[in-house]
Amino acid sequence: MIKVEGLTKRYARTVAVDNISFEVEKGQIVGFLGPNGAGKTTTMRVLTCFLPPTAGTAQVAGFDVLEQPLEVKKRIGYLPETPPLYPDMEVGEYLIFVGKLKGLTSADVPKRVAEVCDRCAITDVKSKLIGKLSKGYRQRVGLAQAILHNPDVLILDEPTSGLDPKQIIETRELIRSLAGDHTIILSTHILSEVEHSCERVIIINQGKLVAQDTVTNLTNRLRGSESVAVEIQTSNGNLNHADVRQRLEQVAGVSRVVLKDTRDNHCAFEVESLQGRSIRAELARAVVTSGWDLNELRPVGFSLEDIFLQLTASESEKAQKKVEAKA
Amino acid sequence: MGNILVIFKKELKSYFASPIAYLLLGIFAVIFGFFFYSATRVFVLTGMQMQMMGRGMPMDVNEYVIRPLLGNASVIGLFLIPMITMRLFAEEKRTGTIELLMTSPVRDLEIVIGKWLAAMVLYASILGISAINIAILYGFGRPDLKPILVGYLGLLLQGGCLLAIGIFISTLTRNQIIAGGATFAVCLMLWVLDWVSAYDQSAWGKVIAYLSVVTHFEPFSKGVIDTKDVIFYLSMIFFGLFLTSRSMESLRWRA
Repeated sequence: MIKVEGLTKRYARTVAVDNISFEVEKGQIVGFLGPNGAGKTTTMRVLTCFLPPTAGTAQVAGFDVLEQPLEVKKRIGYLPETPPLYPDMEVGEYLIFVGKLKGLTSADVPKRVAEVCDRCAITDVKSKLIGKLSKGYRQRVGLAQAILHNPDVLILDEPTSGLDPKQIIETRELIRSLAGDHTIILSTHILSEVEHSCERVIIINQGKLVAQDTVTNLTNRLRGSESVAVEIQTSNGNLNHADVRQRLEQVAGVSRVVLKDTRDNHCAFEVESLQGRSIRAELARAVVTSGWDLNELRPVGFSLEDIFLQLTASESEKAQKKVEAKA
Repeated sequence: MGNILVIFKKELKSYFASPIAYLLLGIFAVIFGFFFYSATRVFVLTGMQMQMMGRGMPMDVNEYVIRPLLGNASVIGLFLIPMITMRLFAEEKRTGTIELLMTSPVRDLEIVIGKWLAAMVLYASILGISAINIAILYGFGRPDLKPILVGYLGLLLQGGCLLAIGIFISTLTRNQIIAGGATFAVCLMLWVLDWVSAYDQSAWGKVIAYLSVVTHFEPFSKGVIDTKDVIFYLSMIFFGLFLTSRSMESLRWRA
């Protein structure tokens, strides 16, 4: 549905997006992830035909953004970072205007407006001035505006920024309910958001594509080994943590044991497995057969947060090393 | 065409939903009303004086009242036009709604023309107030209608050309005050260029005076439609709108 090849966008002095290529299949929700200023908004603006690319091509539904912008625009719904709202218009009036602007026929407009108002839960503010709405409502009106003409592709730039937790959950649900009929790209710098609503993630940093994969693959790829937190205690006598450590290291598949905490009859470790080995059952058995009590056995998953930090940090570390090497 | 209409309706609505339209109508009504009062008063006084001196020559209302009044209207328009156009693009750029327009399946030129037409209609309704004043004259005399209509045609053409320039300037900045100020300066320049012809009779002086929007309005106020002036105004309107759509395109490249 969306095909981006070698996309580069240069502003006067800075390179905002540097040779990015990716593809998005029909009906997918893709998360566009990156720290602030990574080039997320610029990429989205190129896709919506707001900015022309400096080099490379971008296609939406088979139409090039430079060659046939009108065809692309017809198929795209776009919610910019700040919702494009006219404060002196009423919500209903605004949506009718947008509907006509997007090329809906006058017969379809009222029907579609009623539908999206219902979907975005803004029917109760339909006759209010946009300028008087709260931030959450404005965001929802912005979203309503984007889905109004039932576009094939939805591009949402930080759709949940500035919302309260309840609204964030509602918006995420709304976005997920839109998937299937629509191909959705949403940008965010909030990682949990991607974990919650996206099937695929594209991570960019400083204008460069760092990683792109499904959320599960990405976590697996970077995790590789399993990491387990173990807490052990004895009901009688002292516990020598060195003994425990030795015992744990003997368990098949364990690569590393790290002592986290120790008190007189009580100690906690973090145990890492070898690549692709599951060690929890073995660990539990080892502890119990040694006569100790197992207080806690918990897998410590890598969150997307760790991955993200790892990826973006490695980039800047490399850069740092280069600088040092030069010096 | 449909898209132009959508933009046009929205802009016109937002003029009349905000105080701008009423403020401009009010300002024009007061200033023009003052000029109208003075012009008719002078006309009546001179008429009475002439009668007392025994020379009961009929005086021409068209020439002594309406013509200078139309000239005044064009000058007041010069001051009001920046206030009409300054928000058209500057505000969209500031609030980010320009992103909505530029990512909608609408051509740049359609947006520009829609906005220009809305500005024209507001300007025309402002001029409409002067027409009310002039209509009063029909209660006391029989002014010739045709030169008046030609005069209004001239006013509309002159206004259209300044509005096109104003819209262009509005695309250059995101600050309304700057857009308004710059438009006012340009309008003023195009007005006073005419003065050059007073002391410079060389070819350059003529060229510069030709560029003045006021020189081209004079024949209209006399009731003369000169093709040369109509073409001047139409080409200025075209040029202004063309520049605006180019400037919109360059927004994309500069962003």
